[in-house]
Amino acid sequence: MAALTPENFERARAIVALYPKARSALIPLCHLAQSQDGWLTPEAMEDIAALVGVTPAEVRGTASFYDMLHTEPVGRHVIAVCTNIACMLGGAYELLEHAEEHLGIAVGQTTADGEFTIEEAECLAGCDTAPCVQVNHRFFGPLDAASFDALCERLRSGELGGDVPHHGTLCRVERAVGLLATEGERGGDER
Amino acid sequence: MITDAPRIVTSRLGHSDSHTLERYLATGGYEGLRAALARPPAEIREEVDKASLLGRGGAGFPAGRKWSMLRPAEITYLVINGDESEPATFKDHLLIERDPHQVIEGTIIAAYALGVAQAFIFCRGEFALGLERLSQAVNEAYAHGALGRNIFGSGWSLDLVIHPGAGAYICGEETALLESLEGKRGFPRIKPPYFPAAIGLYGAPTVVNNIETMSNLPWIVRNGGAAFAALGQGSSTGTRLFALSGRVERPGWYELEMSKTTFADLIMDPSLGGGVKDGHDLKAFIPGGVSAPWFGPEHLSLGLDQDAVAKQGSMLGSGSVVVMDDTTCAVRAAWRITRFFYRESCGQCTPCREGSGWLEKILRRIEEGAGREADLDLLMDACDNIAPGVSWPPQQTTICVLGPSIPSSIASGIRMFRDEFLLHVKEGGCPMRDAR
Repeated sequence: MAALTPENFERARAIVALYPKARSALIPLCHLAQSQDGWLTPEAMEDIAALVGVTPAEVRGTASFYDMLHTEPVGRHVIAVCTNIACMLGGAYELLEHAEEHLGIAVGQTTADGEFTIEEAECLAGCDTAPCVQVNHRFFGPLDAASFDALCERLRSGELGGDVPHHGTLCRVERAVGLLATEGERGGDER
Repeated sequence: MITDAPRIVTSRLGHSDSHTLERYLATGGYEGLRAALARPPAEIREEVDKASLLGRGGAGFPAGRKWSMLRPAEITYLVINGDESEPATFKDHLLIERDPHQVIEGTIIAAYALGVAQAFIFCRGEFALGLERLSQAVNEAYAHGALGRNIFGSGWSLDLVIHPGAGAYICGEETALLESLEGKRGFPRIKPPYFPAAIGLYGAPTVVNNIETMSNLPWIVRNGGAAFAALGQGSSTGTRLFALSGRVERPGWYELEMSKTTFADLIMDPSLGGGVKDGHDLKAFIPGGVSAPWFGPEHLSLGLDQDAVAKQGSMLGSGSVVVMDDTTCAVRAAWRITRFFYRESCGQCTPCREGSGWLEKILRRIEEGAGREADLDLLMDACDNIAPGVSWPPQQTTICVLGPSIPSSIASGIRMFRDEFLLHVKEGGCPMRDAR
């Protein structure tokens, strides 16, 4: 586990330049770090702190507020089962119970082989496909016990690689241009 | 659609390539922006005023009035709220993924009308595909000349940045969203100032608008504000994108003319919700997101109208309707909604942070069979401490409206199904468990 690679450090600089104040890039940079390592490592948090001009403790203190940012390692596939009202009415708790049994872990735990972590999610805005789950923030639903097991099998075999990149990879489309309209009119960083 | 109103925000959704620039340009895309740029910004603001476009985020504040409150300053910002997290709401998710260029065109039109030079779309972090679609569309819009310097040769310039959230319901509250966009924990800001239009992002005047609100703008500019206002009636003009879920045959999204369509149409019509699931009876429904008090079958004939719903003591809110049937346990539903608020409370204010936990624990023990008869009074007492009087709209005791929204489902649940709550206590658990 590591600090940001030189390539990601350059990506990080480009992201910082998109904001009038550098600290605004803090959360996008946390996502960048997670796309590299699958979670937010202490070393990456130090890099982010230096890039946006805060202390590493402020990065951790901010990141810990947000459900998607993990300051501890997680599995390659984070399965988030929504149990909020619409999914609950569609049998989400029964699905969650099955998921725990099938994978032999409880909510919040990771399988011994590092393949799966189960989370109980709040509404994911997939209520028309209730009960729904996200795997590394890609949607699947409606699911029952059998289709859940089949999904796990396909994830384990790597068959869904293109559709479900490893945990932490959020947006694979990089911005093509910097700021154009406000370029030169004011600095990208007030520090 | 029940009425012959046009589809305004979902016109492209029948196409599998609705998210591409090619499809967008072939179906009138960016023509609204070209038309807007040919007119002075003040005229665009007038069109939106004429449309009486109500904000589609949940509070239903008139978009034109929000714009008029922007404090003149050298630097101002436009921030689009795409942090859709209200349980059972999935319309912005749909618009972001399936028609990102429409969101972007609306944002550019709004930025032009307001005279800002930089805009942000705050997209919920969990929408990975949505973030990819929006980012792709922004790249295409720059290449197409719709963003950047000298847009379509008009001499006007704008930068648009897609900003990913990281998972926190509270960031849908506009001041929490701005804190998050500044790279901080999503703590709502103390009011006053009540509106970011006075003091917003980095202290600069900022307009915060919703995704669906923006998606309406290209149509309004192309067809005129009067044509929009001709749909619906009263203050509820235009169409609205409703998200239907729960115990219903055909859950999904439905764009419907406001006021002239009823909850009965939405839930029961064969072309829409198709009725309660498996022929069961309707028990209750939530008319506008889980912060809204519940309605019963007697409210089915009510129009999808902001004022009419408010008059009956609830809200059209985020436009999400959840159907509960005779297999749904009212205690369990109230518990799950309360658990959500408990998990998502940011923790700044005592009534919300502590009160949500109390309510969650009491409801859980009633559902699990350890409840006492005095628990019903205890629930209402705790509700009263969070929102004195447990009235609608709730009294404020906290920095934002999250906390005072918690009692609404519990209070309406107890009001409508008191016997069911008591039966849980008497029978030592949920009498409906076997029905699931």
